[in-house]
Amino acid sequence: MSLISLSPWDLALAASLVLLLALMSWRLHLGVERRVLIAAARSAVQLSLIGLVLEVLFGQTSLPLIGLMALVMLSVAGWEVMARQKRGYAGLWGYGIGTLSMFLSSFSVLILALTVIIGVEPWYQPQYLIPLLGMLLGNTMSGVAIALDNLTRNAWEARGRIEARLLLGETWDAAIADIRRDSLRAGLIPIVNAMATAGLVSLPGMMTGQILAGSPPMEAAKYQLMIMFLISAGTGLGSVAAVWMGSRRLFDERQRLRLDRLRVASK
Amino acid sequence: MTSLRLEGVAPKVLQPVDLTLASGELVLLAGPSGSGKSLLLRAIADLDPHDGEAWLDGTARSTIPAPHWRRRVGLLPAEAHWWGERVGDHFGDATSELLTRLGFEPDVLGWSIARLSTGERQRLALARMLAVSPDALLLDEATANLDPSNRERVEAVVEDYRQARTAAVLWVSHDPEQRSRLSRRDKVRRLIIRKGRLEPEAESTRA
Repeated sequence: MSLISLSPWDLALAASLVLLLALMSWRLHLGVERRVLIAAARSAVQLSLIGLVLEVLFGQTSLPLIGLMALVMLSVAGWEVMARQKRGYAGLWGYGIGTLSMFLSSFSVLILALTVIIGVEPWYQPQYLIPLLGMLLGNTMSGVAIALDNLTRNAWEARGRIEARLLLGETWDAAIADIRRDSLRAGLIPIVNAMATAGLVSLPGMMTGQILAGSPPMEAAKYQLMIMFLISAGTGLGSVAAVWMGSRRLFDERQRLRLDRLRVASK
Repeated sequence: MTSLRLEGVAPKVLQPVDLTLASGELVLLAGPSGSGKSLLLRAIADLDPHDGEAWLDGTARSTIPAPHWRRRVGLLPAEAHWWGERVGDHFGDATSELLTRLGFEPDVLGWSIARLSTGERQRLALARMLAVSPDALLLDEATANLDPSNRERVEAVVEDYRQARTAAVLWVSHDPEQRSRLSRRDKVRRLIIRKGRLEPEAESTRA
């Protein structure tokens, strides 16, 4: 078994279905035809570009180039985390907390997987590194974004309760402990749910891809399992790091709650 | 036996405040709303960033960790907030005698917070703060939501605490009657905020 190559004609056929959808939206006055077409065009451009970039990367196996690619992925994920905050941190912190915690968790889990678990030679071989990093970052990004958003929103709403605890002489740590716990839990729920229903509702994307590419289903299942475990570890580590840094940033050196360090709510 | 001294404490809307409360002294503070009374109390308890320094006797605030300072300088905010579900979640080793004096049965510790009235919350917040046994008290409208009998209870409890611990008490009160009633006690001073400054308040004003 091997992958059947898609011709431009095959793709055009699939694209015509999207055109059909846009036409339907126009006829039924759904008003999303423009957005459907733009999104489809974007995905076409983005995926073709990344396909080209990866071809180049795979052809060279050069560490600096791969590092650059990883950096670009990380910084985009950092922006995305920041954009998903209703009340993020003001200034550089808004970008820094999410990006740094994703960097710490995704990259450490990635390197562990490449060197110890899979044992790729050399460890930075892009065929393994880039897809793994993409999956790790994508999921960690969601976890970190949800956890941080929860933390800042809840701290904002619970100002009186947090300060009441500070006033009774509790440390900042104790005063925000329950909010921190709830935020972490919220960040971890998506991946826990994904693990719990994996294979029952839909086949995870990576496994689907491997099966299409001709891998034996059991091999694909093993890879999928590994990636899920890695993702949950990465998401967990990333959320813990982000919530720890984020909650620390909410207090200053005199353990005062500093909500002025948050941005004004957007939207 | 602790005095509370402020030097150049400057919350946003006030001129820097220099003020010394001798141990066991009660200072009544009045002023129109928005004049910075609550902000001053918050600044003393080190809840907002501000300039200035405060001392308890010889101990400067900046030399001890903020939680220690806040345990020694108890601030009772105008609105009490609760984080647990039951009253008892907010008390370490509950002082049932204090609760009785504030008009509660001992079973109050099992009550659900959601069930409490505003007045009950206010009295329980006072008990919660006194249970930490601070050296100085900062009271922000401590009796604003109370009926006369409970107001007397709170005034008596604060007065006893002041006497027994010779604690300095800074009491923000809107109520002119309360201020003139309390000012008949020993070691009391009355201050009022005018144009961002603390000035002595004459007994005759609106009494």
